Amino acid sequence: MTASRRTFLGQTLALGALAQIPGLSFARATGESRLVVFILRGALDGLSAVPPYADLDYAAARRDLALSAPGTANGALKLDGLFGLHPELDFLHRRYTAKELVVLHAVASPYRERSHFDAQNLLENGTTRPYGSNDGWLNRALSALPAASQSAHAAVALAQNVPLLLRGPAPVTSWAPSALPEVESDFMERLADIYATDELLSQRLQEATDIGALASDNDMDGNMGGRRNAGNQRRLQMMAETAGKFLAADDGPRVAVLESGGWDTHAQQGAAQGQLAVRLRGLDAMLSTLADNMQPVWKHTAVLVVTEFGRTIAINGSRGTDHGTGACAFLLGGAVNGGRVVADWPGLGSRDRYQGRDLKPTLDLRSVCKGLLHDHLQIPRQHLDEQVFPDSATARPLADLIRA
Amino acid sequence: MTHPSAALAANRFGLGARPGELAAIGEDPRGWLLEQVGRPQPPSQEIAGLRSGAQVLQDFFAAQEVRNELRKAQSGQPNAAAAAVGKSIRQNVAPQYMAQAAARIRMAATTPTSFHERLVQFWSNHFAVSVDKVICLGLAGAMENEAIRPHVTGHFADLLLAAERHPAMIAYLDNQLSVGPNSQLARLAQRRRRQSERKIDINENLAREILELHTLGVHGGYTQTDVTTFAKVLTGWSIGGGRGLLGGGTPGEFFFRDNLHEPGSKTLLGRTYRQDGISQPRAVLADLARLPSTARFLSTKLVRHFIADDPPADCVDRLSRAYLDSDGHLPTVYQALIECDAAWNPAPAKFKTPQEYVYSTYRALNLVPPEQRILVAPFELLGQRPYSPGSPAGWPDTAADWDGSDALMKRIEWSVALGDRAGSLYTPERVADNALGPLASEHTLTGVRRAPSGSQALALLLLSPEFQRR
Repeated sequence: MTASRRTFLGQTLALGALAQIPGLSFARATGESRLVVFILRGALDGLSAVPPYADLDYAAARRDLALSAPGTANGALKLDGLFGLHPELDFLHRRYTAKELVVLHAVASPYRERSHFDAQNLLENGTTRPYGSNDGWLNRALSALPAASQSAHAAVALAQNVPLLLRGPAPVTSWAPSALPEVESDFMERLADIYATDELLSQRLQEATDIGALASDNDMDGNMGGRRNAGNQRRLQMMAETAGKFLAADDGPRVAVLESGGWDTHAQQGAAQGQLAVRLRGLDAMLSTLADNMQPVWKHTAVLVVTEFGRTIAINGSRGTDHGTGACAFLLGGAVNGGRVVADWPGLGSRDRYQGRDLKPTLDLRSVCKGLLHDHLQIPRQHLDEQVFPDSATARPLADLIRA
Repeated sequence: MTHPSAALAANRFGLGARPGELAAIGEDPRGWLLEQVGRPQPPSQEIAGLRSGAQVLQDFFAAQEVRNELRKAQSGQPNAAAAAVGKSIRQNVAPQYMAQAAARIRMAATTPTSFHERLVQFWSNHFAVSVDKVICLGLAGAMENEAIRPHVTGHFADLLLAAERHPAMIAYLDNQLSVGPNSQLARLAQRRRRQSERKIDINENLAREILELHTLGVHGGYTQTDVTTFAKVLTGWSIGGGRGLLGGGTPGEFFFRDNLHEPGSKTLLGRTYRQDGISQPRAVLADLARLPSTARFLSTKLVRHFIADDPPADCVDRLSRAYLDSDGHLPTVYQALIECDAAWNPAPAKFKTPQEYVYSTYRALNLVPPEQRILVAPFELLGQRPYSPGSPAGWPDTAADWDGSDALMKRIEWSVALGDRAGSLYTPERVADNALGPLASEHTLTGVRRAPSGSQALALLLLSPEFQRR
């Protein structure tokens, strides 16, 4: 009795001591941290989402698309003396005030051409060239997590198919709402028999069964009744809601990927109102819904919002913007050391621009991702430099993104 | 006993075997394929009877005009009348979209020339226009029928020209208002000192996507300067209709606006184009169709679509040579494809997209739901709503893009629901024999035979590895 009791106490003390070592917090090592990566496909215009309202060249360069200063009608929401947020990003602004949002600007992946599709591919594959890898950096990061976190539930894509970012050797799954009735388990067993000789389909069937069980355990199917003919925005809201519930569940995934499209604003982009404003309102609402649904674990959460590149500083002939380079990104969540804008601002003057037309990137997006993965998920530096983002030793992890 | 090559011709090159089709193909699968692409195949009567893209666009413009007048009358205040007109635009155009989608699906589900039909959809996806953009809702299908369908058995140069000048493409990639900074219109505006009101300039979107997605490919050897110059070449490449300085042409049809065109000779990809007006973009498009990068890019996409996600280099070389030797004569390229040994490997290398999965199901079961909504619904459920790839790159074409676990779950749910509704009408083993012939494995057939009901047997067959691949 005494001996076993002492052993028990000894273990407790040892674990307690471990938790005191910086960067080796026990709670985190067992996987309390939640990470969401949200990809905005089509190239979000960073100068509209995060207007540098006090930059002397801003209004002239942006003409009709320029947002006015904070405090004026339809003005930007103030971040600091230089930057604001688009007026539709109200939830993000409140997170900023609560010191839960870091706004990153003039940021870019290593990609320097202007194809959406190559840029998204590189953004997700984590190498320095499009199609440089068949799997995604987030999947490679997962493979460094303790084995216990690597169940089929470790990561989920809120989509029918897994985006490149999350593809790779570590097991992942995908989930999207359905309007069809549930299939009986007897049928699933018969199908599993037929798939016994097919590696890919049997693996996919297993993943689908696992995540389906989790969804019904947490009573998520019940909310999906109104899905049929749901509008796009309603569908996106539902994805955010479900992602939040998955991540909040004790036995749920720790990592989720969300995505949305329609950011390629070549024409009639609008300023405080208009096409882009409507999209931004939708994004803000999705992030708010996500946070609401993962309230119990929000304090352990970091959400990274990224896009493949920025847009031209000048507006084009159809009141839109063309493909550019430097972009903005957001990092929010209860675990985030926020209330700051991180930007080494290059300016908007014609000589300040990249190739005379785009916002010059001054921050490597990989530094942001590496800092986040290191401090939030405790992925070792060497694994980040060599595996997650190959040949990226020069892109040093950005420090202090996560609360100490 | 059906020869495996007949089943490959019907399933890998065609859209899936219909009852009796494997027997009809018989001993000469290559001949069956070549016969289909030697000349244009007529569209179905349903497709021929659709409203033209120009008509759809005229309706759209007229409704837009009414809305703009209402907005002006109310001096920018949001008002219910204008919103109602906006709603009516959607209500009048959405039925055109549904009619186009249904006609396309019925054609794919029933045509005896399904290799030809697969090529129509392949090229339609190559020149993708997505209905997520409201103006394209009733136009994407019209473009497939008006610009793509007549040209899939001709020269690529003609297909390219027809696709780029279709109003759907121009509107999707915003070229109608791309204006040369030294064009007549720009100079007039400058004299009237109105330049502060409205910036007059080019829009790069169409130029970039023609180079990147339609011809050379992203590694085809062009620069940002080439994109910008090509955008200037394309200024004036627009749609008819409008008023005043922006008037002219037949509303809803292609129209070249000389007064928007950037004048002067331009140098692009190392060649100088001295032509005036519309001859200039036409000359550039004709040259683009002839370049080796274009041959290679198109050949790679064809080989990826028909042979393997990782296109074998020797097949790509063979198609590229055929393309260049024939000046882009597409039937010659298709013949080179059919002559690749790898195309006849009995092991299926391609995972069906949702669209292919539903077409082949409809074909195997000789089933065409009469109600439009039910005919179209599975495509949306399974993740591939007709004409909505969401980007100008079109739908992706590798297994990893479509084999997600949730995507599989949706196929399971749909097939089970279909089995419940229709299982009693079929003998699953006969369906297997008709659709897959010798490609169906004994393992799968055993599982199907052991199913406790006809509904489950049918669903198991449709979900089998052999039926989900081609």
